[in-house]
Amino acid sequence: MFNYYLRLALRSLRRNVVLTALTIAAIGVGIGASMTMVTIFRAEASDPIPQESAQLYTPQIDNYGPGENDSGLAEPDGRERFQDQLAYVDAMGLMNAHAAERQAAMFPADLAVTPADPRLLPFLVQARATFADFFPMFAVPFRYGAAWSTADDTAHADVVVITRRLNDKVFGGVNSVGRTLHLDDHDYRVIGVLDRWEPIPRFYDLNQPYGLSEDVFVPLTRAIEDHMTISGHQDCPDDSPPLTGYDGQLQSECVWLQFWVELPTAASVAKYRAFLNDYAAEQRRSGRFHWPPRTRLRNMSEWLDYHHVVENDVKMLVLVSFSFLLVCLLNAMGLMLAKIMGRTADINVRRALGASRTAVFIQCLIEAGVIGLAGGLVGLALTSLGLRGLVLLFSGDAGRLAHLDLAEVGCAVALGVIAAMAAGLYPTWRATQVQPAWQLKTQ
Amino acid sequence: MLKMTHLSKAYRTEVVETYALRDFSIHVREGEFVAVTGPSGSGKTTFLTIAGLLEEFSGGEYQLDGANVRGLNDNQRSRLRNEKIGFVFQAFNLISDLNVQDNVDVPLRYRGFNAAERRRRIQQSLERVGLSARARHYPAELSGGQQQRVAIARALAGSPRLLLADEPTGNLDTQMARGVMDLIEELHRDGATIVMVTHDPELAVRAQREVHIVDGQVVDLMAAPRLVAGAETQS
Repeated sequence: MFNYYLRLALRSLRRNVVLTALTIAAIGVGIGASMTMVTIFRAEASDPIPQESAQLYTPQIDNYGPGENDSGLAEPDGRERFQDQLAYVDAMGLMNAHAAERQAAMFPADLAVTPADPRLLPFLVQARATFADFFPMFAVPFRYGAAWSTADDTAHADVVVITRRLNDKVFGGVNSVGRTLHLDDHDYRVIGVLDRWEPIPRFYDLNQPYGLSEDVFVPLTRAIEDHMTISGHQDCPDDSPPLTGYDGQLQSECVWLQFWVELPTAASVAKYRAFLNDYAAEQRRSGRFHWPPRTRLRNMSEWLDYHHVVENDVKMLVLVSFSFLLVCLLNAMGLMLAKIMGRTADINVRRALGASRTAVFIQCLIEAGVIGLAGGLVGLALTSLGLRGLVLLFSGDAGRLAHLDLAEVGCAVALGVIAAMAAGLYPTWRATQVQPAWQLKTQ
Repeated sequence: MLKMTHLSKAYRTEVVETYALRDFSIHVREGEFVAVTGPSGSGKTTFLTIAGLLEEFSGGEYQLDGANVRGLNDNQRSRLRNEKIGFVFQAFNLISDLNVQDNVDVPLRYRGFNAAERRRRIQQSLERVGLSARARHYPAELSGGQQQRVAIARALAGSPRLLLADEPTGNLDTQMARGVMDLIEELHRDGATIVMVTHDPELAVRAQREVHIVDGQVVDLMAAPRLVAGAETQS
């Protein structure tokens, strides 16, 4: 009977094209609006590296002291927020302690690439200075070669890992491992080429959560030796003396490094937490900190929450868009009611010929489902348009979020069907309540 | 086949109770052709809708083919209606966007027949009413008489025990009406039990027996049976 009902539904859609089109449009517009926002929300709220995130943590150490946090904001539990990057002194202190399974301090830098091909003009790239553990800790995929080793970190090796994008641009996409890349005033040996790797959001440095990943990765030890320019966000305490040169920058209390550790077990997390407190206590004992230890250790999801990666505006827009969907569905319900009530005569005839209320209910519900399917497809097209619109509006970072994956396609279509069937419940119920005898008496 | 005993049907509002049928008794035997007549508002159609299980009754008893229908739920009533009763309406009530064969197919679908059985029955009933060549036509492409023949084919397709006809020629001109009545009589001769509501005395006399209703009550239940052949000579 399902096929029969399906055929009847398709026939019914053709019967009143205008009403059908309006109903599909109402559902489609609602789904388009809500799915556009859901897509953005999901992209912002999604886990950027699902396989690894459970064991990734980032530490915070308050090297400013209480009351120095100028934002005045508190954490949800009422504790004062403090700086979420580390000073070079602390980053190196944690690195040298080797208290975690894997660990990497890092900072962004801008570098000028001078291609060996004289036809190509020099251009600027964003680089990330970090440690060898960055790559295995974040499960970064390689197309050619591999990451540098901890020995390279120690030796301040002049090696780089580059992205596939830069490899295509400078080396024409061939395996460039072993080739030389001229960055600023130094030559670096390409040791690895990444495969596609664009975590969204870029969790390891949320100063630019939706920026493209860097094109060059260089050992941090080498970057410091070469005095690479720090291009990321930097914050200094109010009472800090003016920075004098690169060494002054390194010795200052200014915070500009990100730091991530891999802690695979609950025990290792507890141990690292204790280590952080011990480290801060040691800084107090040495006279650097004048306050009790204030440290935090956050996992990935806590870190994203802490940074409000999912903006409140987006959450609000999701709510608004679903309210709009509700309004659209109410309109669709009215249109479906009009459509079904217009077919009362046919429904009565079917009842007289042996259709039970249940049979009529199923028939009308399948019709609503077909309308919903069409509405879902229209909604999908509108979602795609909406996301393209977002790309145009936010051509940079936010535009990167604007893509539909298979799950969202399925979600839009399923939402259309379910929403239309929900909206069709009342008209369908009304259809089953009409007494077939009235048809005979009013003819 | 159809037996109503002291049956009543009341329509109630907050202030008034109106009886469409009151102390209504009728017995239609297997193979009978009964005409139900009466003035407008007498309760003819109410009788037909109750007989066809399209409406519930307030009191009394109703047995259809030996089964007491009181207290049956909607699914049971629908199944009984589908299996035992064929309807012929005054306004044909064909579904306009289904072609002839799909219209005839409707009750068979709810009966649960497989495709081959449905095809066989559609073909058979359309041949019976002389419209097998019009199987792909839509109702709007047929004359009134042809539409009523399709409606009769639809009513017959499920091999019902009882055919209920409500003013079957009411929307037809004289010539088409004659053709439809000839078909109904032919069905009766082939053994069908037929109850036909009409206000037309000329049609009523073509039935074996006439039951006259006035104010919701049978007033002429004992009317003498008439032979169909005799009725044919009068028309």
